[in-house]
Amino acid sequence: MTVKYDEILDRLGLHLQQVAGTKLEFDEDTNLIEGLGLDSYKVLDLMLEVEDEFDISVPMNLLTDVHTVRDLAQLIEQLKPAQ
Amino acid sequence: MTLLSKFDSLAADRAALLSTGFDPFGIPIEQIYSPTEALIKGRRILLAGTNNYLGLTFAPECIQAVHEAIDREGTGTTGSRMANGSFAGHRALEQELADFYECRSAIVFTTGYQANLAMISGLARAGEDTLLIDADCHASIYDGCRLSGADVIRFRHNNVADLDKRLRRLGDRAAGALIIVEGIYSMLGDRAPLADFVDLKNTYGSYLLVDEAHSLGVLGHYGRGLVEETDLINEVDFIVGTFSKSLGSTGGYCASNHPELDLLRYTSRPFVFTASPPPTVVASTRAALPLLREGVVLRKKLWENARRLYQHLDGLGYKLGPEPSPVIAVLLESREQARALWEGLFEHGIYVNLIFAPATPGNESLVRCSVSAVHTGEQIDHICQAFAELRELASAS
Repeated sequence: MTVKYDEILDRLGLHLQQVAGTKLEFDEDTNLIEGLGLDSYKVLDLMLEVEDEFDISVPMNLLTDVHTVRDLAQLIEQLKPAQ
Repeated sequence: MTLLSKFDSLAADRAALLSTGFDPFGIPIEQIYSPTEALIKGRRILLAGTNNYLGLTFAPECIQAVHEAIDREGTGTTGSRMANGSFAGHRALEQELADFYECRSAIVFTTGYQANLAMISGLARAGEDTLLIDADCHASIYDGCRLSGADVIRFRHNNVADLDKRLRRLGDRAAGALIIVEGIYSMLGDRAPLADFVDLKNTYGSYLLVDEAHSLGVLGHYGRGLVEETDLINEVDFIVGTFSKSLGSTGGYCASNHPELDLLRYTSRPFVFTASPPPTVVASTRAALPLLREGVVLRKKLWENARRLYQHLDGLGYKLGPEPSPVIAVLLESREQARALWEGLFEHGIYVNLIFAPATPGNESLVRCSVSAVHTGEQIDHICQAFAELRELASAS
């Protein structure tokens, strides 16, 4: 994994803690719905925060392939323009 | 998980719901007496959750038109307009809707849900187009977006700066993107800041679709909705609406000045492959449209009732949607609290809507009232009194 990916993961983690609760532990393999207890609407609201954090647009239709924290971090990496 | 095992948890939830003898999500109406009263579980119940804003479901003009239509044209069309043809009533209603909005043309759909499904999936294509939708949009808008396969960007509810930010991120793709908002939102009863959204769509060269499902007949001197109230009819690209609320029948429509609207008749699958509205529904809707257009007195009474109930509930300390409207949502922290209030109201002889999170904005559950122009002062008094008596019950649950 590149440093860039790790930075994305760290910043993403802060938002996941907010929506999932600080006591909940998770890693890259954690499923967003089952592992973090999010429902589909909470995932959509999480995405509003994530889009602002990384200044990107994440089309809802791309989320059908996102199941885990890793999937989401990789999607952000893919959508985030090179800096 | 198998095909059917995924329903296990829902079945358990439903069994718990039915254990008290009520199914708030499928209340059996034994007899309907009027736009505001029905026989439910052997009791005469006051209806305050039917979105029958103008009370036209029993309008003599509409009932007479239905009788004549069924005698003249039979019970149904038995298929789609592409296969079975357009009846004279279909074409007349479309012209009347175009005249109503002073637009180039209109298309009629069989349901309001289908209107959004057909318009959005007909307009936008996968790999080519981008849709920007308000987070609180109705499920039919979400489903239309999904069916289109286009890129879908969600923006924070009624937040102009948030939409601006998301349009900016799209870069060149913002030009030609379709922004979708509602006139009055079905869950909380608040309205879109339409003038600001029009400014944005003009700045970026985007298109704007407004769903007036809950604002048709409710806003504007002639009841044309938020587009009329804000004097922006000609600034909005596509005006979508439903016949099933203020017009008292069922069906949906889109009106537009874009000539391409008529081409959707050949490309929009939800239009092409659905049976067309039956003559009775078309006749009833055509009879109701002039009543809606000339219904200035009805709209005045509707808003008097709405403001009165909203202000009373606000005074009682209930947490409500952000502004008075004929859709009055009481927000509750838990499902149990919402259920208790809903049951309490039913015990007082009042039917409203119960809506659980996550099918609601935020994470709250709703007890949603809808006010009608034909609710009498005594009926509004009765609703106010019941909410007053249940205030502590709702807090304690």
